[in-house]
Amino acid sequence: MSPPVLFSRGRVIDPRNYVDSVRDVLVRDGVIAEVSEAPLSVPGAQVVEAQGHWVLPGFIDLHVHLREPGEEGKETILTGCQAAVAGGFTGVVAMPNTKLVNDSSLVTELVLSRARAANLCHVYPAGAITKGLKGEEMAEMGELVSAGCVCITDDGRPVMNAGLMRRALQYARLFDLPVMVHEEDLTLSGKGAMTEGPTATRLGLLPIPPSAEVAMVARDLVLLEETGGRLHIAHVSCEGSVRLLREAKRRGLHVTSEVTPHHFTLDDAAVGEYDTHAKMNPPLRLRRDVEALREALADGTIEAIATDHAPHGVLDKQVEFDKGINGVVGLETALGLTLALVHEGVLSARRAVEVLTDGPAKAFGLPGGHLKPGAPADIALVDPEAKWTVDAGRFFSKSRNTPFHGRSLKGRVVQTWVGGRCVFDAGQIKESR
Amino acid sequence: MRHLLGIEGWRREEIEALLDRAEAHLPGGSASSSVLQGRVVANVFFEDSTRTRTSFEMAAKTLGAEVLNWTAQGSSISKGETLLDTVRNIEATGPVALVIRHRSSGAPHLAARHVRCAVINAGDGTHEHPSQALLDAFTLRRRWGALDGRTVLIVGDILHSRVARSNILCMKALGARVVVCGPPTLLPVGIQQLGTEVAMHLDPVLPQADAVMCLRLQTERQSESFFPSTREFSRLYGLNAQRASKMKEGALVMHPGPINRGVELAPAVADGARSVILEQVANGVAVRRAILEVCV
Repeated sequence: MSPPVLFSRGRVIDPRNYVDSVRDVLVRDGVIAEVSEAPLSVPGAQVVEAQGHWVLPGFIDLHVHLREPGEEGKETILTGCQAAVAGGFTGVVAMPNTKLVNDSSLVTELVLSRARAANLCHVYPAGAITKGLKGEEMAEMGELVSAGCVCITDDGRPVMNAGLMRRALQYARLFDLPVMVHEEDLTLSGKGAMTEGPTATRLGLLPIPPSAEVAMVARDLVLLEETGGRLHIAHVSCEGSVRLLREAKRRGLHVTSEVTPHHFTLDDAAVGEYDTHAKMNPPLRLRRDVEALREALADGTIEAIATDHAPHGVLDKQVEFDKGINGVVGLETALGLTLALVHEGVLSARRAVEVLTDGPAKAFGLPGGHLKPGAPADIALVDPEAKWTVDAGRFFSKSRNTPFHGRSLKGRVVQTWVGGRCVFDAGQIKESR
Repeated sequence: MRHLLGIEGWRREEIEALLDRAEAHLPGGSASSSVLQGRVVANVFFEDSTRTRTSFEMAAKTLGAEVLNWTAQGSSISKGETLLDTVRNIEATGPVALVIRHRSSGAPHLAARHVRCAVINAGDGTHEHPSQALLDAFTLRRRWGALDGRTVLIVGDILHSRVARSNILCMKALGARVVVCGPPTLLPVGIQQLGTEVAMHLDPVLPQADAVMCLRLQTERQSESFFPSTREFSRLYGLNAQRASKMKEGALVMHPGPINRGVELAPAVADGARSVILEQVANGVAVRRAILEVCV
């Protein structure tokens, strides 16, 4: 039995429980035991001096690619979990577009068993909507749920067949399962390589119009209205989608959504001179889209920040732009980029913490995301003033594909605790045994 | 040693200096024909081309260089070799310049970041074709003395045209007004930010032009539904004899080639008195000699 842990005099920000003040947090047996305004004195407790630091619920990332099974050269469940805890994440939802696709309990169980072996953070598998992500036949949703999947998604690919999408939404109600969608009308995105606009025109790159996303958001909201159920829109990237989401929420539809740090930080100009580190799907959009995403995060239209952590090898990126593979890593830069919104006055500290913790937890009905007594002691200890420079070479992720290499950020994770155990401390992963 | 990756980034004085050099490289001009004696220029063509490759080859040879002609067909590309490995391997054989044609926009930029010799963009995807724009500007300058205040009209598939992008930048830099014209499906969003005006209908703008540059229409765009048929495209945007008669007196007709005769240009116009198409080709060698001289 490990001793109790006392986080002493840190600024505790726990949006779900309306806490934002200096408190002591006591952890016993892996769960939050007490959150006290008055200093606590607990004989035998391990004391974590948290003065000047933020004591936060561990972050939850609804959208992560761990690449295992199948592409272990890019990431494994172990290295992905290391990157997660280094970024303050205590729970990640693992996308099913691995090789093997997670469309059966066999793959779900494999992911869960590797996650147990890694023993660092919670890994919540996402199952496929359709068998093999082919968009043709529904995967066995009941089996996936029984095996431990927390949502279904064909992430990376849209379900182009509207009839099938409608039935997936209907059928998922049986399990109260969120259906996460990558919104892209492939007939509109075509062979496009970056968002439509002056930069694409200047660089001679075929454009992806925003309608490729917005039209599908509209379609799926229409379907959701008819079917009921829960829709979660992945990596929202444009102003038009935000407008539709805002209107759908006003009408009471059960839709949630997420935005990535790269989409709320960078616009299409980041492509520069064909920099494939700025190539992702959906593509980086125009400045007005970035502004709309920030506003939507602030006003509650979008409830979660998710990284869409997508590790790739050097060879996937050191190619012609149109041949470059989409995606960037994100777990280790998410907090710094989110806090940049706080420093810029876009988000309050409370809201920034909320969209990393409570927002995602509630969207998928996951445990954690808050610090009420009885909750799992998943905690991120953050130094909000620490200045640092992103060095991709020092990532715990196996991959280096980030557009933020060299960027100066303020705010860094000092420690990450999962189930009352310190798994990351002062830049080091703590061995589990 | 410098690269020619695009017209973007070149200042007016640099362009003019290059065109001045090209004058000296015309047949009978004062330029030395042994500048590249004992050196090797590599034509690295990932995409088919006759006139650009031949023109660069002629330019290099008449400057005394040996020319290595590499084409993707039958190369290690079919075995999965990457662009970077290909250009690094060719560079290792010792050329002073790589003249690169590639179907991906930005491919020469990628190569230029990883080799030490000069990289000359001979056309990259739908991005730029700088040597074409320079030879077009050279042709107009020889006819007019200067481009200042002149109107150049570029007609056709602007969206997919690297020639259009380079020409807009080049002609604007030299003081011309540039208007692009084509169906809305083939006009890229934000093209105005390159400094051009945009017209959807040809007939109203045609009489304003001092030169009309017709672009080659790629017929596969019809199957992608950018326009309903080549017949309709030709009816709306083809430069036939009747339309050409509405042009300004002395206005010129240009085409980067190869021409779809009867589609974007009627044979009578392509071969008529206004046409400078073969002058463009002839001037291309002098301009490319100047480019090789400046870059190497």
